[in-house]
Amino acid sequence: MAMTGVLRPGHAQVRVLDLEESVRFYKDVLGLVETGRDAQGRVYFKCWDERDHSSYVIRESDRAGLDFFGFRVLDTATLNKLEADLQAYGLTTERIPAGEMLATGERVRFTLPSGHVMELYAEKDKVGNGIPLINPAPWSKARDNGIAPIRLDHALLYGPNVAAVQKIFTEVLGFYLVERVLTPDGNANAAVWLSCGQKVHDIAFAEYPEPGKLHHCSFLMESWDQVLRAGDIMSMNAVPVDIGPTRHGVTRGCTIYAWDPSGNRFETFFGGHLPYPDYETMTWTFDNFGQGLDYPQRKLHETFLTVVS
Amino acid sequence: MPHTVSIEDTGERYACSSEESLLSAMARLGRRGIPVGCRGGGCGVCKVEVLSGDFQTRAMSRDHVNDDDRACNRLLACRVYPASDLSLKVIGKLQKRVCHPATA
Repeated sequence: MAMTGVLRPGHAQVRVLDLEESVRFYKDVLGLVETGRDAQGRVYFKCWDERDHSSYVIRESDRAGLDFFGFRVLDTATLNKLEADLQAYGLTTERIPAGEMLATGERVRFTLPSGHVMELYAEKDKVGNGIPLINPAPWSKARDNGIAPIRLDHALLYGPNVAAVQKIFTEVLGFYLVERVLTPDGNANAAVWLSCGQKVHDIAFAEYPEPGKLHHCSFLMESWDQVLRAGDIMSMNAVPVDIGPTRHGVTRGCTIYAWDPSGNRFETFFGGHLPYPDYETMTWTFDNFGQGLDYPQRKLHETFLTVVS
Repeated sequence: MPHTVSIEDTGERYACSSEESLLSAMARLGRRGIPVGCRGGGCGVCKVEVLSGDFQTRAMSRDHVNDDDRACNRLLACRVYPASDLSLKVIGKLQKRVCHPATA
């Protein structure tokens, strides 16, 4: 099997200011499937086509933002090895017991030099996508509920020390650098797009003075038509839209950025090119960041650089 | 019956009903003065100080509005709903940005 190590983004836990208002938004507007609530009051969701129990978890708090972002790894042996590798690299790790999150095995947690809490885990219950594994239909009625993305695709996180973060992902966790935007002086990276498989990115970071900030969690759509339909549903529900519908130069993905009711940005994303680990990194100069962000308009939107939760 | 909102920094005045936030009424009418961000009380860029007038608020992030801010009516315009004519000054700025050091 070619894919080993870290397989994919598995879960994000996001803070919201009003739980029930947010549950209604994520279920009825974004069209996620609620899969459980726990004793801490957290609410668990998955995208309709995801097979694992949950990928997006919200909890009520007095501030918005990201609690942690987790990756599913191949198996328990991989989890143990990556934990040892992180420690050997000099990072402190913590084990969160199985069951602390619903339907989820033991997690290895560590904090990046950007201030973001990351997790690795090997086990999460497979609850399926509602479609049988024998002679499966291509979709179910769940696809028509709200925006209805098919999976949690990636996240873009803002914080300091992006160079050190990039080294951890590429030297310890097996990611490779797909694209980057240079700083204005050209001597460092302002933003990096990192992949652990053949997706154009599984996680991205941008250099920002404040640690631990969420720029957006991204949800994958099946087509450009579905991105436009998402835009219609956003307007029908007065969801504040940031940028789009448009196409990124970086990644070539089609996009809308918008905000949940607590000001956590999310993205409805489609497409992107399909890199391999041997491909050379693509580089954007800072003065061309505008077309990297919004290719048709060539516009470096102020909110993209400044608004985070 | 809409209320009149005055942005003291610029002299901008616009109408805002009790059912609409100070920020969304400004943006919907194509007016300017308060920075527009997430519009959900999470990002903090639309921070204002209400100088006069009555209002109601909805939840906003403590990362941007602490108890002292609340006591002094330093609030996020996206979460303030007027109950009378109201005047404000702008505090929030799009200050922190990619690659630039913190200025706040």
